[in-house]
Amino acid sequence: MIAELGHFALIVALVVALVQATVPLIGAQRGNDAWVAVAQPAAYAQFLMAVVAFFALMHAFVQSDFSVLAVFQSSHSLKPLLYKVTGVWGNHEGSLLLWILILSGFGAAVAAFGRNLPPQLKARVLAVQAMIGVGFLLFILFTSNPFERIFPVPQEGQGLNPLLQDPGLAIHPPFLYLGYVGFSMAFSFAVAALIEGRVDPAWARWVRPWTLAAWCFLSIGITLGSWWAYYELGWGGFWFWDPVENASFMPWLAGTALLHSAIVVERRDTLKAWTILLAILTFSLSLMGTFIVRSGVLTSVHAFATDPARGLFILGFLVFVVGGSLTLFAARASALKPGGLFAPISREGALLLNNLLLATACATVFLGTLYPLLLDAVSGDKVSVGPPFFNATFIPIMFPVLVAMVIGPLLPWKRGDLSGMVQRLRGAFLIAASAGLITYAMVSGTSLVAVAGIVVSVWLIVGSLMPLVERAIGRGASLQHSAGRALALPRSAIGMAFAHAGVGFFVLGLTVLLSFQTEKDQVLRAGQSMEVGGFTVTLRRVESVPGPNYVAQRGIFDVSKNGTLREPALPEKRTYVGSPMVTTEAAIEPTLWGDLYVVLGDADGAGGYAVRAYFKPFVHWMWFGAAFMVFGGVVSLSDRRHRVGAPRRAKVDAGSGLKPAV
Amino acid sequence: MNRFALVLLAALWAGAALAQGLETPLPDPAQEARAQELHKRIRCLVCQNQSIHESNAELARDLRVVVRERVAAGDTDEQAVAYLVSRYGDWVLLKPPFNGRTLLLWIGPALILVAGMAGVALYLARSRPTGPDLNPLTAEEKARIAELLGEERQG
Repeated sequence: MIAELGHFALIVALVVALVQATVPLIGAQRGNDAWVAVAQPAAYAQFLMAVVAFFALMHAFVQSDFSVLAVFQSSHSLKPLLYKVTGVWGNHEGSLLLWILILSGFGAAVAAFGRNLPPQLKARVLAVQAMIGVGFLLFILFTSNPFERIFPVPQEGQGLNPLLQDPGLAIHPPFLYLGYVGFSMAFSFAVAALIEGRVDPAWARWVRPWTLAAWCFLSIGITLGSWWAYYELGWGGFWFWDPVENASFMPWLAGTALLHSAIVVERRDTLKAWTILLAILTFSLSLMGTFIVRSGVLTSVHAFATDPARGLFILGFLVFVVGGSLTLFAARASALKPGGLFAPISREGALLLNNLLLATACATVFLGTLYPLLLDAVSGDKVSVGPPFFNATFIPIMFPVLVAMVIGPLLPWKRGDLSGMVQRLRGAFLIAASAGLITYAMVSGTSLVAVAGIVVSVWLIVGSLMPLVERAIGRGASLQHSAGRALALPRSAIGMAFAHAGVGFFVLGLTVLLSFQTEKDQVLRAGQSMEVGGFTVTLRRVESVPGPNYVAQRGIFDVSKNGTLREPALPEKRTYVGSPMVTTEAAIEPTLWGDLYVVLGDADGAGGYAVRAYFKPFVHWMWFGAAFMVFGGVVSLSDRRHRVGAPRRAKVDAGSGLKPAV
Repeated sequence: MNRFALVLLAALWAGAALAQGLETPLPDPAQEARAQELHKRIRCLVCQNQSIHESNAELARDLRVVVRERVAAGDTDEQAVAYLVSRYGDWVLLKPPFNGRTLLLWIGPALILVAGMAGVALYLARSRPTGPDLNPLTAEEKARIAELLGEERQG
């Protein structure tokens, strides 16, 4: 009964979305206020219906109602409650429903928080948002109904993919979707602006907080996925450049570029057409991510659907959205007159360089991801495009970005000079260079790539944070005074410095990990030990431990360093009920300098076990760096300008250059 | 009932593990190191872009064993890789070879960058103010502007 209610709510949501997609648009075109006013209540109603549907499905999962096909296929009565709840989006149908929930949630948020948006722009934004909603609602209702029943009702469900039964992965999809779908806001604003034929600093000021929020969510989502891969998938890798990872990384790269080009629109009223194009491309890449994952073009833990009809629908929808918006762009872009002029060496110039390189990096990932598919389609040849390709192309493109990230924010708008920069950044450069030299001298076997990585990451950390400190301290100010000044700095400036420094922490962790990781494979019997990274790992015994819906083989290892006994390492191999898949639970012991990582392998039948142990130095700096980036984004999001964020269109205060921009 | 199922499962698992045996490292450490470097270049065919070195899939293990056999039999790195390519095609290599079929893949990023740079150059050239600046600012005026801008930035 409740499932039918959910199904019904989805149908109502579709009808509401159809109204929301058309009536306000016509109203805005004809200047009919009553029709324009339909947008807001419609957005609320659509969201409400999505909430009803979502909780109806969640109810079915929590109650283990196996008469619902989706529940039968991806749940099990023995599963812990957490995974019954997260199982809602652990399958194709449910994850689509989550997508729709978030999409309509963003629409409702615009309706609620966009009070100072001009009513016509708001109506158009909500209408475009609803068009996307119509597409997804049609998709879910006609190809992937989550409320489909089966008869006879099975006694027991088939269980959730064991790999997905993990707290990190359980919350990974919602964040990812908040990011993907969040970029729909930038898209809707872009299309609405094209329909209006007007893009101005006020427009950019409305778009930026939504884009920034989406960026933060997507960053969290990607990091969670990567962290999960680190401790759960295989043996300590965290990024494989697999198509599904790339599918989330491409919108991130494009979204990062968008975040920066929107600053130029807001502050200098220029790069407008490019920014609109980026907004369209970012969301298109998000949709393509959905297509790649859902179409069954790829098979992995991520690909729930292998039904070509669904793939065809998404492809058609993708063509409609991308083709439609790009056609609109082509027709209207020429109307977007560029504003302020600038010299190549200037803040605008630096942001343009950022966009050029991020766009190239994104295109490279795109090429590497789709090339095998294209080649297969064209000639039937099969190639793999693996990490070596991306390391050889992506890293060289990103390296100048890392160098320029410190310089750009210090350049003035319109025209700057590099000699002044050399003065200001001499300190940061000296510190970075010494860090590189010291590492090279102290640690034997340091490669030049490692030195470059260390220099650029220290350069990023110091060069991003130092100007902040300088501005707070000023000339000869007292400590108390400085603290007050630090707090009075615009949040956007603090957030930017944090986010850039976060990239530095990340690159530092990555460089040290890849350059100095140690690894050991050995067969151990009870009582035997192995050495890795200064630790002694001794196998005590391996025992069977029953879990709620699995049996684990658990290795018990003593760990000691310099004769001091530490916490034992307890890696597991789990075999789940109703699934042939075995999952590895690595034992990870965090220490100040890195993680000790122990994996239990197979038994040799003669009392021995294959054991692989790593010492992964500085790996936590990567996670910390990513978290710091997101923290910077959140700080920036709390900036008064974003919060109040209420420029009236007529007021030409944006771009007056009173405060340094983000 | 469930407990019984778990116990049964555990027994089956143990049996399977016994039957599989274990991959053993090569006795010669130099050969083993070479084999491990090769493992990093070979794709685990059932995984997403994982090398056989870092995958715990069954097939990855089988391929590791194959590589060790080739190395132990005296193959050079190239011979061992060529052997795998002859069996599985280029698909097995994580780094796509550079040839006619992958030309566009390998030079694509550079082409995109050059095209982007050309676009930026064109944009900058077109948006430059026309004509030379006939009335440049004096040093005094520049200093005054810098002072004003500096004040604003502080505020």
